[in-house]
Amino acid sequence: MEFFRRTAPVGFMAQAKRWGLISLILVISSWVLVFTKGFNYGIDFAGGTLIQVKYDKPAPIDDIRKILQTQKAYEGAQVTHFGSEDEIVIRTKSSTGSVSNDISDEVRKLLAPTGNLEVRRVDMVGPKIGDELKTKGTMALLLAIAGILAYVSFRFEWRFALSSVLALIHDMSIALGAIVLFGIEVNLDILAAILTLLGYSINDTIIIFDRIRESIRTSKASEIAELIDESVTKTLSRTTLTSLTTFLVVLALYLFGGEIIKGFSFTLLVGLIVGTYSSIFIASPILMWLKFSVLDFRKKEAEKLKREKEKERMRSMYEQGTL
Amino acid sequence: MKKFNYRVVVFILAFAFGVIFSLPSLLQSDWGKKITLGLDLQGGLHMVLGVKSEVAIESRTKSIATTVKYLLDDQEIIYDNLAITPNGVTLELLDSDDVTKFKAIVQKELAGTTLAQNGMVFTIAMTPEEIERTKQNAVSQAVETIRSRLDLFGLAEPTVAKQGEDKILVEIPGIKTPADEQRIRELIAKTAHLQMMAVDEDRAARVSVISEEEAAQYGDVILGDVKTTEKYLLKEIPVLDGSMLTDASVGYSQSNQPVINFVLNGEGAKIFGDFSGKSVGKRMAIVLDNKVYSAPVINERIGGGKGQISGNFTQQEAHDIAIALRSGALLAPVYIMEKRSVGPSLGADSIEASAKALILGFVVVMIFMVIYYGIAGVIANVALVVNLLLIIAAMALFGATLTLPGMAGIVLTVGMAVDANVIISERIREFLREGKSVTKAIEDGYDNAFSSIFDANITTLVAAIALYVYGTGPIKGFALTISIGILASMLTAILGTHGIYHALSHKIKKENLTFWFGSKE
Repeated sequence: MEFFRRTAPVGFMAQAKRWGLISLILVISSWVLVFTKGFNYGIDFAGGTLIQVKYDKPAPIDDIRKILQTQKAYEGAQVTHFGSEDEIVIRTKSSTGSVSNDISDEVRKLLAPTGNLEVRRVDMVGPKIGDELKTKGTMALLLAIAGILAYVSFRFEWRFALSSVLALIHDMSIALGAIVLFGIEVNLDILAAILTLLGYSINDTIIIFDRIRESIRTSKASEIAELIDESVTKTLSRTTLTSLTTFLVVLALYLFGGEIIKGFSFTLLVGLIVGTYSSIFIASPILMWLKFSVLDFRKKEAEKLKREKEKERMRSMYEQGTL
Repeated sequence: MKKFNYRVVVFILAFAFGVIFSLPSLLQSDWGKKITLGLDLQGGLHMVLGVKSEVAIESRTKSIATTVKYLLDDQEIIYDNLAITPNGVTLELLDSDDVTKFKAIVQKELAGTTLAQNGMVFTIAMTPEEIERTKQNAVSQAVETIRSRLDLFGLAEPTVAKQGEDKILVEIPGIKTPADEQRIRELIAKTAHLQMMAVDEDRAARVSVISEEEAAQYGDVILGDVKTTEKYLLKEIPVLDGSMLTDASVGYSQSNQPVINFVLNGEGAKIFGDFSGKSVGKRMAIVLDNKVYSAPVINERIGGGKGQISGNFTQQEAHDIAIALRSGALLAPVYIMEKRSVGPSLGADSIEASAKALILGFVVVMIFMVIYYGIAGVIANVALVVNLLLIIAAMALFGATLTLPGMAGIVLTVGMAVDANVIISERIREFLREGKSVTKAIEDGYDNAFSSIFDANITTLVAAIALYVYGTGPIKGFALTISIGILASMLTAILGTHGIYHALSHKIKKENLTFWFGSKE
């Protein structure tokens, strides 16, 4: 079976400006969303308490709300269904420092009259920890980006590194925009999803860049746009196939992996689509716009090769004892 | 001569390794190392506790005051106005002849303090080093104490560890009900601070009208009874405290009520004996965590250093208090900074759901690979299975913890491992299309694919390492599974499949490429 049989390069670069514009609009609107609507921080970052309760019948959500409303400590508590009719989660902004008698103990007592229930999960994060997790999360993100930038610069060239990181920021921005748009609760697992996306998106981009690097060496064309079209076309089959298989796996996770990792898998699904798109339509044009010169690169590569050959010659001379 | 196919040998070894070390985890057998399930999968309690170390400083100051009081009484130095102020312990000597003797005592008996003099008023303060040491000590002592309480309680494999400078991580797997969880938390939180305090008999009659400020002027405190609303006016500086306790156990009173019997060490027994001898006819309160449990009248000198706490305990309360007393008081109370607790049923549901997703995703991808790539897809699938076994084996060997995000990590790794084989197969097809021979196409395919797979995987690994370094708990587990998965996939998807092709390459004919690679040409 084969999906892509064309061997003639597709003219991606001719359309680059159009895609660039679309992406720019998407990225800007994502940032507008992030700064106006803002993230729906979950308790990991905002602090607070989350209590997941399961009933042996459909949860009497109105009764629960009524009971909680009578308590001052639970002002603004949200009660929502979670996954099924029988299950609910209660989210409050407050958290208690007391080890021996915390919010979950109180909620258990308060809700006792509403029926047979089981408290299945309690997450409580104090304000201090929330700030700490935010700092750590940001650090992880920056460290990952810096690491990727360094590695790609080392293996390719700075323009490649910059293009891949810009594509990365593009993907991340749109994923964040989607998170805000759909009101996904941002907890640690979302951070993990974003970092996984970093890995995926860079993975896709690198495969194409590797092909471009190879084409520069083997192809006769010296026009970067031509080379990019050729390389992107040749890797098109791989890019879509891999994205498709990964998409299928994450889709399975989203549909059947349970309510707790829904936000995580949703973020990945969005990221996979955006990441695949950007690898094909965004990362490579940036390389072109950064005025990447094929001839210069060839010259540098040739010099590198020459130096290596020179070294080898010296070594062989040395080994033969002529030096 | 046929070249030695080292790749297949390595692959078979990896397969054997994967099978042997993943079996204990897969079969849940009793032997061998198994993957530990994270608290989010098996259910349990995870807490990060903060330590109120300033309280440790306060109580250290108080204990300095107790020691000073005891020493001066013992040496018959007369003093007045012994009090605890924000600056330290102050007192006024009444006889100037005692100053030298007093200074000598302070220097000898109270290490880590400084003595300031203002006329005949002296202030004993802790040095900054001593304050820092006391704070540190409060944290490490809390770790020790909580650990020994959980051990005495008989919980299976609790983790209690210091986290950062001043935090304590407590992880307890396998708690069945929220009520049990609360009981364990109560046990952890109990300061178990036992004090014997003298009742201020001169003013006791006025206890109901006296204000706290007024009491403080006399060097007294007002504490409530543990069960009733009765109040007691007590001398603030205790006669002795729980640090001199050597044992505590549950016993029964004459009326068959559970009580707690405790035994004091030699020093404590002596102080207790001296005090009771001097205070016949007066009352002494037994105070636990600032609640008065009883205040019996002293009938005679009590020797032997034995005492009893009674207070209408239930059997369970008495049991937990005895454990707390035996494992020692917390120098400073702890408070919750973060708590995550998962019931066992939710953990089981999570395992089921993610395992279902994992298997489903796995099967869909495998079927797809065979349809799209033919035998090449089958080879990729073999590598995929070995990859999965390797991840499980490596995690079991490292004693790594499998968390819910970790399960997701495995699912993602499946995607990555397939990617490598997609790249390779696409490359081989390309070279076949260019008209290369089968052997040549395979070799060139691997050569060319390697650099892209390698670079792509390393960059992903960089992101995973960042996650591991800055992640906590389950997220760390996720980063770990991904990292192991990437490394394993390089072994199986690149080296392993290459070896298989190598072994089979002489059988692959140009005529049936569709069968082998899923496409003609």
